[in-house]
Amino acid sequence: MPNAVSALNGKAFSGFAQITEAGLQGMITLRGDLASPVIAEAVRAATGTPVPGPRQVVSAGGKSALWMSPDELLLLVPYADAAGIAAQLTPALSGEHALAVNVSDARAMFRIQGAKAAQVLQKLAPVDFDTLGADEVRRSRLAQVAAAMWKSGPDEFTVIGFRSVAGYIMGLLENAALPGSEIA
Amino acid sequence: MLILECPCCGVKAEETELAPGGEAHLKRYGPGSSDEDFDNYMFARANPKGVHFERWRHAYGCGKWFLAARCTATLEVFGTYPAQTTEPPAELQAYIKSRRPEWEGYK
Repeated sequence: MPNAVSALNGKAFSGFAQITEAGLQGMITLRGDLASPVIAEAVRAATGTPVPGPRQVVSAGGKSALWMSPDELLLLVPYADAAGIAAQLTPALSGEHALAVNVSDARAMFRIQGAKAAQVLQKLAPVDFDTLGADEVRRSRLAQVAAAMWKSGPDEFTVIGFRSVAGYIMGLLENAALPGSEIA
Repeated sequence: MLILECPCCGVKAEETELAPGGEAHLKRYGPGSSDEDFDNYMFARANPKGVHFERWRHAYGCGKWFLAARCTATLEVFGTYPAQTTEPPAELQAYIKSRRPEWEGYK
């Protein structure tokens, strides 16, 4: 099998915050009735977490489940395991009106680190980051493209966008993190 | 700037995160209906100065459609509610009436 590479192959930029393309990340989209016990069981088997509540991200042992919409979750798992977990989800969801697809290679993930990491996103998204919860995932836009973002650490934000616009997102983040362009 | 709270995911979404969907609560007239009914369904739209019910989609967020009641003159938002309704909720209508006593009511 050819070597898999992430959208920007780990590109990094150092401004008033550190921007890094996070490299290969397994991502599985799971759609269905999130109240269903079958889906709860399948999510626990895949990530070891319960089904997250609205707009929540729950993590356990390096895996996470993100609430994306009333009928959609995004499961974050190691890249190498994603195809296998997605394949196991399909029989686990049999009988449910549900769908699990490995979208790892269709998305790009970025990390923004530093004490002023929030300022980078504040410039780009119509989101009030002061009221964003610690485990709250916010889907919005970065300039002209859709993105999901959450506070993944004390001084760290993680952003997921579409792979086809990864170069655009990296350009946005780099420009917003230029040294000397801090907000106050 | 218009800020609507999406009833599906609870996010207070700013206008640029939303896609407008035109007038809400249209009754569809399809095959077999009279030309006049179809013409009205297809082309006739309310264009009020004041209370208006609209469809919006949380395009950059959860992707769901919802309905909103707002004032076209002042941009005051009276409320948002799920799209799976055939008319505005009674409490929302009462609230609009309290804010706009001159409003002739829904339908």
